[in-house]
Amino acid sequence: MKKNSFDVVVVGGGMVGLSLALGLARAGVPVALIERARLSDMAAARFDGRGSAVAAGSQRILDGLGLWEGVADHAEPILEIRVADGMSPLFLHYDHAEISDGPLGWIVENAVTRRALAAAAEKSSLQVFDGTELADCHFGEDAAMLDLADGQTVTARLVVAADGRDSPLRAAAGIEAVRWNYPQTGIVCAVHHEVPHRGIAQEHFLPAGPFAILPMTENRSSIVWTERHDLAPDILALDDEAFTSELRQRFGNFLGRVDVGPMRWSYPLSVVHSKRYIAPRLALAGDAAHAIHPIAGQGFNIGLRDVAALAEVIMDTLRLGLDPGAITALERYERWRKPDNMMMIGVTDALNRLFSNDIPPLRIARDIGLAAVDNAAPLKKVFMRHAMGLIGDLPRLTRGEPL
Amino acid sequence: MQTAQTTIDADEVARFSAMADEWWDPTGKFRPLHKFNPIRLGYIRDRLCAHFDRDPRSLTPLDGLTLLDVGCGGGLLSEPLARMGAIVTGIDASEKNIGTARAHAARSDVEIDYRCSTAEDLMAAGETFDIVLSLEVVEHVADVDLFLDSCTALVRDGGAMILATLNRTPKAFMFGIVGAEYVMRWLPRGTHDWKKFVRPSELSRGLRRNGVDVSDISGLSFNPLSDEWRVSGDVSVNYILFGTK
Repeated sequence: MKKNSFDVVVVGGGMVGLSLALGLARAGVPVALIERARLSDMAAARFDGRGSAVAAGSQRILDGLGLWEGVADHAEPILEIRVADGMSPLFLHYDHAEISDGPLGWIVENAVTRRALAAAAEKSSLQVFDGTELADCHFGEDAAMLDLADGQTVTARLVVAADGRDSPLRAAAGIEAVRWNYPQTGIVCAVHHEVPHRGIAQEHFLPAGPFAILPMTENRSSIVWTERHDLAPDILALDDEAFTSELRQRFGNFLGRVDVGPMRWSYPLSVVHSKRYIAPRLALAGDAAHAIHPIAGQGFNIGLRDVAALAEVIMDTLRLGLDPGAITALERYERWRKPDNMMMIGVTDALNRLFSNDIPPLRIARDIGLAAVDNAAPLKKVFMRHAMGLIGDLPRLTRGEPL
Repeated sequence: MQTAQTTIDADEVARFSAMADEWWDPTGKFRPLHKFNPIRLGYIRDRLCAHFDRDPRSLTPLDGLTLLDVGCGGGLLSEPLARMGAIVTGIDASEKNIGTARAHAARSDVEIDYRCSTAEDLMAAGETFDIVLSLEVVEHVADVDLFLDSCTALVRDGGAMILATLNRTPKAFMFGIVGAEYVMRWLPRGTHDWKKFVRPSELSRGLRRNGVDVSDISGLSFNPLSDEWRVSGDVSVNYILFGTK
């Protein structure tokens, strides 16, 4: 094979892009990764303060790609999920014991995942071009030519755009995306609390948006505090004492004394959905194809489902000696992932609209609706299995089979 | 170039030559073949892996096996089989097809020995291969028996032979000709002549006569609702056959 010529080049070294690239490299595929930052910088704690929910199905995907090992020690199991409307009493309760032996999922700090992925990249046959930007991309008949800012040229039969919700590659390929911004900002921080969380994730639906308390290791929880876009800057600018006081008001006192960690992050919330996931020699994965509201903690999960489906399509195609960048091969990926992702966008958007307000009739209706779900065992199990990523046309990795 | 006795039908060669440049466009005229290709390649790979004791999950399961693709056209089978590791020789009676196939292989950086030749010529030269395959060709040759005699002679003892064609049934007339050429317009009108379709029993007899045991005959069926091909037990339209010598 010619120099810098690969079967697959992944653009974007985030959690989705790097997982895919490492999985393919492990399966023996000639693959490269292009990332404008340095992977080592991205793995620093300061880079990304968020935690991600890793559903049971996603854990199997990471495990099948050989990547779970690196995060397992720092992953906190979610044993129960409690959802409350405002500060009212509990009304929806998911317990892992109702459907399986294992936990519902895990909370893993993104910094941990990024560090594990960067370490795996060091030991992998994956060729990494980091610290350099993609300057130009030309999608040819037989291959795509990628010009890097540092003067190198890389060719690939298939380019995977995992370059985020504002995906420059998506734009370069002329693929349109539907986009709307929520009038909300996600404030993220870690807290330490006196009382152990016992693996319980809590979500309070407050008028400004959901306030989530996600169990992390060592008596810590990750906070996702959705706040009105116009108020968020003021809250972020508060001194530690005032910020802690605001947070405690929303948190409640069920875990005893709560102390806020030294760092705060904020993320504007929006939905992006790409009209197509594929073009000749191009496939979109993760946020480049679909970015969603964090209300259900499903963003990384649906990104990993893209990884599992796309990796399977690529492997099946290569094992037949066929061209992984041909549109005929990629159609299966788009058909597979688009309906599932669209449903997740719809559900998260509807939940956010339904709950992020304080309108009395809506409040009564939603409380009755969710109490009904809580009492309807079969329906509840379907919801739980869906949130765990164990429903639908599952890729081999999600079924626990090798890629 | 041609031997005295030949299986080439001049009109057929001219027709495919006219289409040769379009072979490799997956959304063009040959889209049906591109859609059909993964299914038949999967069948070929899995049967060969079982026979030669190879791992079908490998990226190069046919590593080192010599393979002859008779009637290779633009190389739609030869190239993937070479990528699977086989040492591929592709022959076609049309110079233009061989030209197209060569040009494409060079562009995709795949090594294949393409020759404008016939099975009879190779047989005369005494060449043999681990695997001989000829897909969607039998229904275009002038003398099926002579064609089978030549192809089987090119398989080494212990080797494998794969043939695929259309069955001579009323259903094949409906789907293979009326459906494919007139309704769906997958293929240009006149691509196929129903009278030249071959029954599985006729192929099997021709192979057995030449010492090839047929171990499997499967249907390749199209489901218009899911727009997908699959391997099936229905051999009444398209079918594929695996034999060993």
